[in-house]
This record gives sequence, structure tokens and C-alpha cells, in this order.
Amino acid sequence: MSNTLPYSLQIINLLAALLLLVVFAMLAQRRILSLINLFAWQGALLALSTALVAWSTAQHHLYYSAALTLVLKVMVLPWLLHRLIRRLNVRWDVETLINIPTTMLVGIALVIFSFNLAAPISQLAEGITRGLIGIALACVLLSLLIMLTRRKAVTQVVAFLSLENSLFFAATSATQGMPLVVEFGIALDVLVATFIFGIFFFQIRETFDSLDITNMEKLKE
Amino acid sequence: MIDIYLLVLLLTPLLGGGLLAVFGSRPWAAELNSTMSGATFLAAVALTLRVVDSGPQVAFNEQFFIDQFNVFLVALTAFVAFTTSLFSRPYMRIEQHHGKLSTGMLHLYYSMYQLFSFTMLVALTTNNMGIVWVAMEAATLTTVLLVSLYRTPSSLEAAWKYFILCGVGIALALFGTILLYFASERVLGEGGNALLWTHLNQVKGELEPTVLKLAFVFLLVGYGTKIGLVPLHSWLPDAHAEGPTPVSAVLSGLLLNVALCAVMRSKVLVDGSLGTHFAGDLMMGFGLLSVVVAALFLSRQKDIKRMFAYSSIEHMGLITFAFGMGGAVATFAGMLHMTMHSLVKSAIFFAVGHAVQKSGTQQMEHIRGLLQVSPTVGWGLALGTFAILGMPPFGVFASEFLIITTAMHEYPWSTPILLVSLGIAFAAIFGKIQPIVFGETNAKPLPHPPALIPVFAHLLIALILGLYMPPYLADWYREAAALLG
Amino acid sequence: MMLEPETILAIVFQLAQLLLVVLAAPLLTGWVNQCQAWLQNRSGAGVLQPYRVLHKLFHKDAVMAHNASWLFRITPYIVFGCMWLAAAIIPIIAVDLPFSQAADVIALVGVFALARIFIALAAMDIGTSFGTLGARREMLVSFLAEPALLMVLFTASMISHSTQLPRIVEALAHHQFVIYPSLAFAGLAFVIVLLAENARIPVDNPSTHLELTMIHEAMILEYSARHLALIEWASSLKLFAYLSIGIALFLPHGIAEVGHWEVLPLALLLLLLKLTLAGAALAVLESVMAKMRIFRAPEFLGSAFLLAVLGLLIHFLLGV
Repeated sequence: MSNTLPYSLQIINLLAALLLLVVFAMLAQRRILSLINLFAWQGALLALSTALVAWSTAQHHLYYSAALTLVLKVMVLPWLLHRLIRRLNVRWDVETLINIPTTMLVGIALVIFSFNLAAPISQLAEGITRGLIGIALACVLLSLLIMLTRRKAVTQVVAFLSLENSLFFAATSATQGMPLVVEFGIALDVLVATFIFGIFFFQIRETFDSLDITNMEKLKE
Repeated sequence: MIDIYLLVLLLTPLLGGGLLAVFGSRPWAAELNSTMSGATFLAAVALTLRVVDSGPQVAFNEQFFIDQFNVFLVALTAFVAFTTSLFSRPYMRIEQHHGKLSTGMLHLYYSMYQLFSFTMLVALTTNNMGIVWVAMEAATLTTVLLVSLYRTPSSLEAAWKYFILCGVGIALALFGTILLYFASERVLGEGGNALLWTHLNQVKGELEPTVLKLAFVFLLVGYGTKIGLVPLHSWLPDAHAEGPTPVSAVLSGLLLNVALCAVMRSKVLVDGSLGTHFAGDLMMGFGLLSVVVAALFLSRQKDIKRMFAYSSIEHMGLITFAFGMGGAVATFAGMLHMTMHSLVKSAIFFAVGHAVQKSGTQQMEHIRGLLQVSPTVGWGLALGTFAILGMPPFGVFASEFLIITTAMHEYPWSTPILLVSLGIAFAAIFGKIQPIVFGETNAKPLPHPPALIPVFAHLLIALILGLYMPPYLADWYREAAALLG
Repeated sequence: MMLEPETILAIVFQLAQLLLVVLAAPLLTGWVNQCQAWLQNRSGAGVLQPYRVLHKLFHKDAVMAHNASWLFRITPYIVFGCMWLAAAIIPIIAVDLPFSQAADVIALVGVFALARIFIALAAMDIGTSFGTLGARREMLVSFLAEPALLMVLFTASMISHSTQLPRIVEALAHHQFVIYPSLAFAGLAFVIVLLAENARIPVDNPSTHLELTMIHEAMILEYSARHLALIEWASSLKLFAYLSIGIALFLPHGIAEVGHWEVLPLALLLLLLKLTLAGAALAVLESVMAKMRIFRAPEFLGSAFLLAVLGLLIHFLLGV
């Protein structure tokens, strides 16, 4: 069964697995700088898999998506984030709400959960998409977990972007590309969101003198 | 013909956003804002008349789709956006006078307000489920800076929470949309048509049920965050309480509706595909939970805007519950309640905004005796509260009555839960508003006359619709309800 | 009973492998050390240094603690025996050798565990605090590394539907080339386990006797002369065995298939090449990593387990 898959699809499968690995590495990461670098790696994997999907399904508009991913998520956003943390002078370790091993166990549970959830869909899909929805879903849930367990605003943003990456992976690899207009809309939204995040960092820092969002726990109920 | 109306409807706020981005600091920016909103409203009226007459139609190469249901929301959105822009003119002047806002902030406010209208109208009228998502996300982005407009620590916190939670929610909705596309591309083929709602609706019987089930869960959770359904509601009270009052009014009265419209579109597809009541049941569950939890939280609130934000959660829960039940009567009641809630809740926020300006605080224990200083604001708040609590003769009574009687008929077990929750909400809100309206005053006069026409206009419509429903409107709603099934 | 010429040939090759591993293992250790020396800009002691050390140790008189029991005495022989057995039965040059039939992956893990139990017991036998400390740390590390190793092996077993190492190698090497994402995960996990089990940086440092950090060295402090030589030799064999398992699971291509004895010289050459590269890679890996605090080790090994489990899950999901 597996032998019938062409190599491009096998590589996409491998990239999907690596994407999951990168998200796990982000989950285990203690330092913000490494987190951003991992995010760049994630973008690179994403661009590569998108380009491969474009090549193997001969959908040329996906090349644009791949190029956009490469420029936006491998170069521009990590560069912006690096610049931002240099400007804000926040290079301390990431503080987690739960300790890392526990987070990892929860992560494994999430992966099992999402693989189970996606199993009926995997049965439906033939060839290329088999299992990719499950991996994408696992990446989405793990990014959510990162978001929930981290205290710093920058980390939350990186988690948000990784969440978006996972969704993008689902859109390109699992469904072989959404309509172009939707993809551009999504890319635009993400870009705007990142700028707003940047504005927020400065506002938050100005107001609270720190980017630790535990300061922001006054509003309850 | 419909193309032109639609073009005007969508381009006016976009143009307004562009103009106000340039001229937002001028003294006449507020008037320009109202003019653009008014023009949008006129276009919406023209479009509505057309669609109600001639039924559902598509426009612009099927990229847009208007039927009786979404045109109803378009009309409502354009109307409330218009009246809110009228209200915000004096309100924002007073805020500026009090030194809470600078001209730069107002500049941002005006341009974002128009863009926000634009994104909501796009989300309502588009036929493409992918564009719905893009527009909803854009609506979040335009409002997030409005919530933090005052730049106070708590407003920043509220905006951050709003941004993160809605970002996460909307991301889940995107996953749902991707799954929807995944299911539809094997029926409709790849390309742009596979996400067009009208096409999906035609082939919904052939869509893969397992995928659609999962897709709906994600769509409901995602857009449900926007609707403010419990347990995804925690951004809503913060954003409503900390943002400027006009923003609270449009968030509560409009944005929540738009998100619910997206959920309804998905529900029609999913239940059509499954042939069961799966999506409806989920909506009923979330709706009921929201009603109960919001009612319990109401009595613990000290901040007046937070309290009414929780009331919004309660009412959105009730509407979601009604839509979840399905059937002509329940859907009709849900739409009616949506109308009433949007009108009355925005009217309340207008009155509350002025009351807060008068007393200088949002803490309810420090706002006292509005009737003594400003009978109009006091009566506005009192009548609005009566209306939102479902007192006859206001329209909310009629819609709540319809929902509850339908529930009694279809799902008898839910009736006591609903009645008790509404009772608790009634006691909580009534007990807190009563001393605010009556009692000894501590309020100061305002530097500008308050905007009260929008308040009473909204309440008057709610009153009229409670007493007499014109056949035109009733037919329109009935047809829309029939479309949703 | 007449033996088939095939069988005789197989037995001969098996014996050759037996001899080869026991003689080549110190060379591998020497090679890794030499690479490390080069990476640290030292000239190094040469790849033959382990042989010289063994030679020296075998010619010394053994000193033993007064209260050492028989357990302490026999442990070096048992450990050496276990490691030799393990290294000898792993199919590295041909899949169809007689002893390979015993190379069940679970049995292999058991053989390693047996050696570990004895060495830990012997360390505690003397009753010095260092021995006990080392034994406890060793148990902590292995307690975490062993499940990870098992998961890695299971992933490979799932792919080939067998826990027999020769069958696994056969399945992985003799199909057309297929990318296994699950094996990529398993491979990463295996590297971590290898580092931990062989007392390498970042879990342990074989070249230090610093009481705060040492694990393996603390256990064998009381050994001298021929006992120490046997244990050192066993360590070399263990490293050899682990690298062989790694090669068998992740780079089995080029191994002699059933009934293809003529490719054996080529297979041997390839093995030499793979081991050389693996040793160099190990040295590089050790040089770029920093020794971690012992309390971090559980996390490090936990991630190995996690990776292995992920690999297994991905195998289930993707079917490859």
C-alpha cells in the first residue's frame, strides 16, 4: 500500500511528521529566541510542502502560496519578531504555567485524540491526504496548548502564528489548496494581525512595564 | 439592479473608511461618519425592498448571495450602525471634552468604525464560506484597536483577551471551513465554486457526513467564540466594559449577530447533509448553557456595562437555542428576538454611556438617581431595561414568549430551565437598575447635549413591533424562516 | 548428521562476526575518542589507545575490597558476556546467520537489562557511597531510557510485522526505497537513548570522575585490572551493539540478503563505512552539546520516549 505512493507524496508525509515534531519542540522550548527560530523552521517546512503539493498536483497557484509563505513566515515575520524582542529587550526564558514534562504528556494525549478524531476522515481520503488532516489537527491543538501554557505575550503570539501555520498546512496539503481568493484573504489577515500584535506589545509594555500577561488578570467574571 | 445596490452598500463604508483615514482629524469627521453610515443604510433599504419582493438571488458571478435571511441582518446592521454613528457624535465629543480621548484616537475610531461596518456587511452578503471567515477575522481586527482605544491598563487587557480568544476561535472556524472544503471538493470539484454556499446547499445531501459533523463542531466553536457562547465567552464582558460605548453597542447589537449568521449557514448545510438534528442539538446545548451561566453571573456584576454584556450573552444564547430548535416558528421567533435584542441592547448602551459620563464611573453603586438630573437618559435606561427584561408591551416579550412556547411544545424539559434563568436575570438586572434610575442623585450635567434620538427611536420600534407586527414584515420573516428550515 | 554447505558457510560467517565484533569494538571507541580530540584541536591518543589500555589493565594485579562478594567478582564476566552476545547476534553483515534467529528485539533489551542489573548490584555490593550513588543514577536513567528504546523497536516492528531483528532488517532493506516518517521520529529517539545508555554527553561524561556528574564511572570505581578491563571492553561492545542496532534499523541498505553470500565483502565494506561515519557523527554530536544537569536527564529521556511514541502514532495514522 505504502509502496504505491509516489516519492513526492512520501516526502509530504515526512514533512507533515516533521511539522508535528517542530510544534512539539516549540511546546518543550524554554527560550524565546529558539522559539522564534523554530517558528521559522516551521514556515520553511510549510513552504516546502506547499511547493511539493503544487508540483505533484500541478496547481500553479499553490506556488504563489509557497512563495508567500517563504517570504512572509520564514523571513519577514521571524525577522520582525527578532527585531521586536531586541527592541523590547525581552530575551528571558519562557515561563510556563505547567512544567514541561506534564505539558508534553498532555500534548501526546492531544495527538492521540486528534488522530482518533481524524481517523474516519483518513479512511475517506485516498493517497495524498491520508492522515494529513490528523496531523494538521494535532498541530492546531498543540499550538493552542502552547498558547494556554505560556505567560509571555510574545510566546502567545508565536503560538498564534504557529496555529495559523498548522491551519495553512491543513488548507494546502490536506485539501490541496483553498480557492486563491480565500488564501490571499487569510494571508492578509495574518499580516494585519501581526502588525496589531506589534502595536499591542508596545502599548502593553508602556502600560505594564513588562510583557508578562499575568499582570493582566484584573478583569474577572 | 441588485448588483448596483450591493455595490453601493459595500463600497460606501469602504469609501468612508478611506475618507476618514485621511480626514479623521477634521472637526466634521463625525458628520462624515454619520453621512456614510446613513448612505449605507439607504442602500441597505433599497436592497432589502428588492430582495423581499423578488426572493433570493446571487450577484457578481455568484460571489454574493442575498436571501430574506441575510438581507434582514443587512438591514438591521446598517440601521444600528447608522444610529450608533449618530449617537457617537455627541458621545465622543463629551469623551474628548473629559480628556479621555485625543483627536488621534478619534481619527482611528472613525476610520475603523467604517471598516468594521464594511467587514460585517461583507461577511453577511458573501456567498463564499471562505470569505465569510476572512471578513469575520477582519471584523475582529478592526474592533480590537477600538476596544483598547482608551489605552488604560484594563482596556489593554480586555483588548488582548479579545484578540487572543477571538483569534483562537476564528482559527478553529478556519479549520472547520477547511474541512468543509475538503468534503465539498470531492463533490463539486476543486476551485472557487466548492466553497460557494448556494452550490453547497444544492449538493448538501451528497457531502460526506462524518467530515461535515467534525467541520460543524469546529465552525460552531469558532464562530461561537464570536457569538459569546459559554464557555467561550470570557472576552465579551471585558471588551464591552472597557471599550468605548458605541463600540460596545455595535459589538453587542451587530457583531454577535453576524457570527450567528455564519453558524446558521453552516447548520443548514450540516443538518441537510446528515439528515439528523445534530447541528441543531449542539446549538441548543450551547445556547441553553449560555442562558443559564449568563443569568447566574448577572447578579454578581458591579460594572454596569459588564452587566449588560452578560445580558447580551444570555440573549444570544436564547437566540442560538431558538435557531437550534429549528422549524418555522422557532426560527421566526429567533429572528424576531435578534431584531429586538439588537435594537434594545444598543439603545441601552447609548443610555448607559451617557449615564456613565454623567456620574463619571461605571460602578453601579456610584450611579444614582438619573431621573433627577436627566429625565430623558433616566427614562431611556428604565424603558430599555424593561424592554430587555421581556416586559410587555415591548417586542422582546413577544419573541421570548414565542421561543418559550415553542420550547414547551418541542422540548418540554428545557422550559423550566429557560424560565428560571430568565427569572434570575430579571431579578438581577431589575434590582440593580432600579436605584440607578430612581433614588438620590450624584450626577453632573454634561458639556454637550446627549444623543437621545437613537435611544428612543430604537425603543419606539421595539414597542411598535411588540404591539403590532406589519404583515409585510411578518411575511418577510416567515419566508426567511422557511428558507432556514 | 550431514550439514549443508550453506549452513556450514553460515556458521563460519557467524563465528567470524563473533570475533570481528569483539576485536573491532575497542577500535570504534578509539575512533570516537580520536574524532573528539580532533574536534577539540588536540592530537589525540590514536585510535589504538583502547587496546593499549586493555593490554595494560590485563597485566596488572587485581585489587579487591575486603567485603566484596562473589557477585562483585563475577559481574565483569557476565557484563562482558552479555554485551558480546548482543553485539554478535545483531544482523550487521548478513541477515541469515544462525545466531541471528535469537536476535529478538525484546530479548535484546532484556540482555542489556541483565548486564545493567548486575553492574548496579555489584556497585552496591561494596557499600561505598559512590557505588550506590552511581547505581541509583544508572537506574534512573535506564528506567527512562528502556521504555523509549522499546517504543523505538516497536515502531520498527510495526512496520515489518515482526520483533525478530533479521526480519525487521529484511523488511526495511529489501523493499523498494520508501520514506518512513515514523522511523524519522524513532531515529531521533534512538539517538537520545544511545547517548544515555552509553554514558555519553549530555547525560553522562565518560572521561570525568567528577562526583557531581558521573554515573557510569561511579559504579565501576572499585574495579581494577582485569575486571576493569572487561568492563571497559564491555562498554565498547555496548557502544558497538547500539550503533549496530541503529544501522540495522535506520540504514540497513547494502546488507547481504538471504542466500547472497557473494555480496558479503561489499556488505562488510559498507558496514565499516557506516560505523566510521556513525562514530564521527557521535563525536560531533557530543562536541556540540553541553553536559546537562542530572535533574534535566529525565526530561531529556522523556522527550526520547515522547518522540518514539509520536513515531508509533504517526505510523498508525499514515500507515507507513
